[in-house]
Amino acid sequence: MAEITMVVNGRKVTQTVEDRTLLVHFLREHVGLTGTHVGCDTSQCGACVVHVDGKAVKSCTMLAAQASGTEVVTIEGLAKGDQLHPVQAAFKEHHGLQCGFCTPGMIMAAVDMINRHPEGLDEKTVRAELEGNICRCTGYHNIVKAILAASEAVSANRVVAA
Amino acid sequence: MYQTTYHRASSIDEAVRLLSEAEDAKLVAGGQTLIPTMKQRLAAPSDLIDLRHIPELKGITVSGNSVRIGAGTPHAQVADSQEIRAVCPAFCELAGVIGDPHVRHMGTIGGSIANNDPAADYPAAMLGLKGTIHTSKRDVSADDFFVGLFETALEADEIITAVSFTAPQKAGYAKFRNPASRYAMTGVFVAQHGDGVRVAVTGAGENGVFRATELEARLAGSFDEAALQGATVPSSGLISDIHASAEYRANLIVVMAKRALAAANG
Repeated sequence: MAEITMVVNGRKVTQTVEDRTLLVHFLREHVGLTGTHVGCDTSQCGACVVHVDGKAVKSCTMLAAQASGTEVVTIEGLAKGDQLHPVQAAFKEHHGLQCGFCTPGMIMAAVDMINRHPEGLDEKTVRAELEGNICRCTGYHNIVKAILAASEAVSANRVVAA
Repeated sequence: MYQTTYHRASSIDEAVRLLSEAEDAKLVAGGQTLIPTMKQRLAAPSDLIDLRHIPELKGITVSGNSVRIGAGTPHAQVADSQEIRAVCPAFCELAGVIGDPHVRHMGTIGGSIANNDPAADYPAAMLGLKGTIHTSKRDVSADDFFVGLFETALEADEIITAVSFTAPQKAGYAKFRNPASRYAMTGVFVAQHGDGVRVAVTGAGENGVFRATELEARLAGSFDEAALQGATVPSSGLISDIHASAEYRANLIVVMAKRALAAANG
């Protein structure tokens, strides 16, 4: 067993779990944050994307023990109270989701993408950068639109995204 | 995943000690191959030794044309390195097409090279660049390091600490990705050095990365795709699977070599 301590969405969490516990299971089953999804469980679909120390990672492909001592942000950590994060707001506005299963990972990937491209994004870059996130409903079109709109909104407002 | 015991090493010496003490330990760097393999129960190490918190394994140093990259450096950091890009942009391009952005945040160059997956990208670059793999015990040339399918010259208690290479005059990389897995179905790294040309092929060889000497001979006089007009490589020793026959991969090698040359000369 391993004692795991990390800051999740600004709150310090300490739990004793099996060494083999994946970060995604730690978040869902031990911390109770079920917004992060397990889709393929084979590192391909990106439904489990969270930020570890500010970088998007697939939480099904990292042990909780590896993440001990880090700061983790999940989909639950983006909104400020009732105010949606600009990327969440853009997904709502542009209908960037249908069933919604991939959405937590899509949004966490999009926030990371926008953070890494302060110069702005174009459609080609967004599509290439979405390589690690699979959506079976939307055909990606509205997801791309939402990310482009959010990127502009973030630049315009100089909002420092999570 | 079977039970395992996690250890976090804070120095190379500690990692070597932990490796020798455990019954069946594996080193984990980014874990982007090992963790999925453990989840499939295709690997069941008794102990995992995490290398991500060892300062000696981190960092990129570029001095003139000499590039040295700590084994624990993630792909994203290599892809974004302006220092490496200034002397060998092909190396950054290659790092930027490994996996996806999330995988590139975790996966490391040392992990990729130690695993020597026959479809991994970095082994082609290391072989094409006549690189050196530095370990906790010695320096090994890329020529001697990549031994076969998932096999390297590494001994059981040996840890890769860094890789280094001298930037060539020109280099380029092109890969044809499997449309589903996105791994290289064939990837070719070409490099023009002061004393000759190297063409290193990944994703196609039954024994992992190798040099396409037929193409190297053609390019020796002229480092240009025109020199590969009508060129062929033998299909013997190439992978044949549900995705592509050995003959198809042999053709892909020539096509990817031409694209890599176009990138190098572009």
